[in-house]
Amino acid sequence: MSLLAIDGLGIRYGDSVAVADISFSIERGESVGLVGESGSGKSQTALAVLGLLPATASVTGSIRFDGDELLGADSKALDQLRATRVAIVFQDPMQALNPFVTIGAQLRRILLQHDIGAATETRDRVIEMLVRVGLPDASRQVGAFPHELSGGMRQRAMIASALLAGPDLLIADEPTTALDVTVQAQILDLLEDIREDTSLLLITHDLGVVAGRCERMLVVENGRLVEQGMTREVFASPRHDHTRALIKAAPRLTDSGVPAAKRGQDVLAISGAEVRYRSKSGQVIPAVRDVDLSVSEGETVAVVGESGSGKSSLVRAALGLVPMHAGRVVYCGDALAANLGGRSKATRRGMQLVFQDPTGSLNPQMRVASIVGEPLLVHEAALSAKERRHRVTAMLEKTGLSARFLDRYPHELSGGQAQRVAIARALILEPKVLVCDEAVAALDGTVRRQILRLLREAQEESGLAIIFITHDLAVVRAVSHRVLVMYLGRLIEMANNESLFGRPRHPYTRALLDAVPVPDPDNAGGRTAVTGEVPSALLPPKGCTFHPRCPHAEAVCREQRPEATDLDGSLVSCHRATELA
Amino acid sequence: MNRGMKVSGGILLGIIAVAFIGPLLSPHDYLQTDFGKLLQSPAVSDFRLFGTDDLGRDLFVRCMLGVQVTILVAIVASIVSLVIGVAYGAISGYLGGRVDAVMMRFVDTLYALPFIFFVILLMVAFERNFLLIFVAIGAINWLDMARIVRGQTLSLREREFVEAARLTGVSTARIVFRHIAPNLFGVVIVYVTLTIPQAILVESFLSFLGLGIQEPQTSLGALVDAGVNQMEGASWMLLIPAALLAAILLCFNFFGDAMRDAFDARGEK
Repeated sequence: MSLLAIDGLGIRYGDSVAVADISFSIERGESVGLVGESGSGKSQTALAVLGLLPATASVTGSIRFDGDELLGADSKALDQLRATRVAIVFQDPMQALNPFVTIGAQLRRILLQHDIGAATETRDRVIEMLVRVGLPDASRQVGAFPHELSGGMRQRAMIASALLAGPDLLIADEPTTALDVTVQAQILDLLEDIREDTSLLLITHDLGVVAGRCERMLVVENGRLVEQGMTREVFASPRHDHTRALIKAAPRLTDSGVPAAKRGQDVLAISGAEVRYRSKSGQVIPAVRDVDLSVSEGETVAVVGESGSGKSSLVRAALGLVPMHAGRVVYCGDALAANLGGRSKATRRGMQLVFQDPTGSLNPQMRVASIVGEPLLVHEAALSAKERRHRVTAMLEKTGLSARFLDRYPHELSGGQAQRVAIARALILEPKVLVCDEAVAALDGTVRRQILRLLREAQEESGLAIIFITHDLAVVRAVSHRVLVMYLGRLIEMANNESLFGRPRHPYTRALLDAVPVPDPDNAGGRTAVTGEVPSALLPPKGCTFHPRCPHAEAVCREQRPEATDLDGSLVSCHRATELA
Repeated sequence: MNRGMKVSGGILLGIIAVAFIGPLLSPHDYLQTDFGKLLQSPAVSDFRLFGTDDLGRDLFVRCMLGVQVTILVAIVASIVSLVIGVAYGAISGYLGGRVDAVMMRFVDTLYALPFIFFVILLMVAFERNFLLIFVAIGAINWLDMARIVRGQTLSLREREFVEAARLTGVSTARIVFRHIAPNLFGVVIVYVTLTIPQAILVESFLSFLGLGIQEPQTSLGALVDAGVNQMEGASWMLLIPAALLAAILLCFNFFGDAMRDAFDARGEK
């Protein structure tokens, strides 16, 4: 008998169908990946298993767990099931943990509630579990509140709480999507090591994660299961079109397809940039320290780093959106004022920004026509309303949207369409520099590729210089000529695309590359190359900022900050770069 | 539109329609006294639906006039508080920093003034007049509105579409009125429907104290005040205007609550 058997599951909300028809089963001890784009119904399926769907959902079909039907089971039975036999780990541990209760107390409550073990032993059992999930200094951290832990540590605590009662099935719903790539690898390793004979249902949009971690995989599209099979076989010979499209769209690090860089005149050059914030308690937080960055006509430069690396701060300071403490910004040969108000209309026109969240960056109360037309209102006030509308229509068509979209509101657009509108707004002034701040991070694979192609076309047509801020190395590989890697506000490595991916010089760059999950079961990447997490920017480590996590750190790394040195055209900040290469 | 909104809105519209049409159909007017018919109890004959008061005036027509005045005061006071409060709050919140601190301390200072004292001062300094009541009530209500709007604006101005507008060089005035203000609509409209009953209560309270509407004009508050004096002999003089006042207040409160629910639901989607 299968541990979990789902047969003909359907979930509807009124007239809209969330899950049309999904059937699959999971055996004991198996690890199964459930893959699909956003809105495909994968999370809804997980919630249905746990009986956590809202009352407005109408559910049909059958879900059997260890032979017992779960649909229609009474709430007491479901409670008992959730407590002891099926557990879930959600995407965002900050929302899943109670912010007012210490980690230890939250975990002990699980044991006490269900009479697991003797009451006197709960504290020891909790600490033992926290040690197993790799929470450092567990006997002290047991008294920490969720906000006192880093994202990765919170997710470890979540996993500890899920496994505490020794469930038969662990459901992990995008458990690493909110985490940095080096931490993601650690958490995925942990899930694999710790589950022992617990079955795992790993829900993700990332084929790379499934390729390296799951024995079997299921592919869903629009609420239907379109393909299932052993992971290796599905990747080798996908049968369904959607699976083929997903695999094709999945990010890889191997091929770049970016023509060689042709360095021309610098359009924008930032030198010696320092950005500092002041915390509420008055402490100075150095976000960017002494970083240079330049971009020339027709060139794409990617700025890469995990959260807290200062990549966004650097570029926002260059745009004048946050104050720059020291350093110079030169645009087309002119030094620019530090604050936005002090800059001329022409320079403001020449530098535009596209944001991560496509709908959040569009005013929900304005129609597409006025959103895209507003920059013209400021910079070309002489245009008549008719001419303006004409220009807006032409711009929208360039970004692949027809005139039908002119009178729509942002909430009537899909994520990809909204991002096209945001790009149209940025490009309508014909800027020289376009900054994309995680501009494709919120989009599904196929849409992501379309947006990247759109940007490349705009660049080929007008010689646009693009600065691409991202944490996603596969995107970097696909779009950029040159790459700047940052860590804790400092330059780690600056190299062109081929040499960075072909021959990474800095241990941190190598760790990043190793940690990226790749959709290839034989060589899946996603390996843990460094331990620990990014330290707080409030107290950056002495010497080389990366030394506490670096496998090659020596005495000199702890004492002295490495200067950026030129190695065959790559700038590298590492004392041991030449030896290690 | 949910059910609470439909029911309470329907009753409100009904009361308002009768208040404006009713007096036209009645053979009596609100000034006309009839000393032969003092304190008559309600009757259908001669169209004395609500009876007469102690001066022989027709209570139905006076009650309808009271509803008109009460609703008018409430709506005008709410518009005053809406316009001042939204502009003040949005500017303070968007500019932030020192400007925000100074503007909000000014609001705090006004809050510290005892309201009744303030109104009595106004009434003494100027002649008692109709307009002054609007001003007094609006002048109090906009403080709450300004605080709420400022809070919303503080979070709105961090939104990416505002940043995008700043970057392109859109003027501050245009950002405040084109990007910030329209996005406040949901919160503001709900708050307005909740301030209307508050304004009605304040007006009734002032009239009850004799500081509000002056004879022969009247409002529901003034009618209740007159009714209290005749409570023992002519209970209808108290009960009818009091019931009308209660019905209007309840409807506005239900309408506001229902509206807030409706907007919350949209926010969740």
